[in-house]
Amino acid sequence: MLEVDKIVAVRGERVVFGPLSFRLAAGGALVLVGPNGSGKSTLLRILAGLGRIEAGMVAWGGADAMADRAGHGTRVAYLGHLDAVKPGLTATENLGANAALGLAAVGLGHLAHQPVRFFSAGQKRRLALARLAILNAPLWLLDEPTLGLDAASVARFGVMLAGHRAAGGLVIAATHLPLPLHDVAELRLA
Amino acid sequence: MTGFFAIVGRDLRLSLRHGADTLAALLFFVITAALFPLAIGPAPETLGRMAPGIVWVCALLAALLPLDRLFGADFEDGSLDQLLLSGQPAALVALAKAVSHWLTTGLPLMVAAGPVAGMLNLSADAIIVLLAGLLPGTALLSLFGATGAALVLGARRGGVLLPLLVLPLCAPVLIFGVAAVDAAASEQTYAAPLLLLSALLAAALPLCPLAAGAALRGAAE
Repeated sequence: MLEVDKIVAVRGERVVFGPLSFRLAAGGALVLVGPNGSGKSTLLRILAGLGRIEAGMVAWGGADAMADRAGHGTRVAYLGHLDAVKPGLTATENLGANAALGLAAVGLGHLAHQPVRFFSAGQKRRLALARLAILNAPLWLLDEPTLGLDAASVARFGVMLAGHRAAGGLVIAATHLPLPLHDVAELRLA
Repeated sequence: MTGFFAIVGRDLRLSLRHGADTLAALLFFVITAALFPLAIGPAPETLGRMAPGIVWVCALLAALLPLDRLFGADFEDGSLDQLLLSGQPAALVALAKAVSHWLTTGLPLMVAAGPVAGMLNLSADAIIVLLAGLLPGTALLSLFGATGAALVLGARRGGVLLPLLVLPLCAPVLIFGVAAVDAAASEQTYAAPLLLLSALLAAALPLCPLAAGAALRGAAE
């Protein structure tokens, strides 16, 4: 479903990684590992259509995904290391349509109408995870998704991941922490 | 299109929550305009002659104030990435931001411009022409401003760079805007400068969002 063919990423004058190739089928999961600065976040941003590739191709279902970056955006649920939540808005207002669904998935239903500036760092992270449940996108790109989460929240996130994969979704995650994922491929960036 | 209105609605909601930030530009406009009678003396004829220029320059400077937060806040908290992934072209995201800048800054400035111009002894007929010029004028400031704000995104000291980039672009807006009011005050025909302002708006409306959208994509990379 997702095919990455000999991509090269450059930041400044330095080659971050590449040429790099892999494929991921429906329901597949890939964990990116490697030391700090090895390009895990850069790769995730490239796959989301936010970053720039110097050479190579990212294909979705056989077609060049980067030809229409706005259209590719609808296939992607991207969780960066920033939570992208507004402290001045409530949890519901931050998520927009179908907020209740997402809040239930991460166990924040009781804080639906609380302004997010009263949330803890872990709760903000869970709110960012709730966006994944709402977007209904086949490709989840996760940058350190479980950072700051407690054990119960990690378990709930495991349920979300399993449900997404059972429905044919793809997961690519960069992490240093163990993730609640089974049957994962590992991609090591040097 | 629902995504476009979602961005505008979200920005309006945020500016209501942070009311002080929204009011700051408006109060800046009123206070700077009120400084002129103190500086150049309260002679009604002098003030009336300078009123169009004062209102336009003050409106221009006030519209600059909220620009560095227009994309800056979304860039810093990661929301910009989510906006770019919302499935809409980056140009439409930029246009939505320019529209919300106009609704939260340009429109309040227009509302305040009437009383401020009256305070500076501008005649009622001339005030109507002033407002007719400010309507396309403030929209142009929002479009040029959004383009500048997108270009300096991620630059060190972008807030300092921004006025240097946007103010020269706004010079034609200022010239035609003031020319229309001056013509009306001396009872000459004022249609030409107003039409030129509208023509500028017609050109900027499609072009500025395209440039700003490309700059947003560049900032995200």
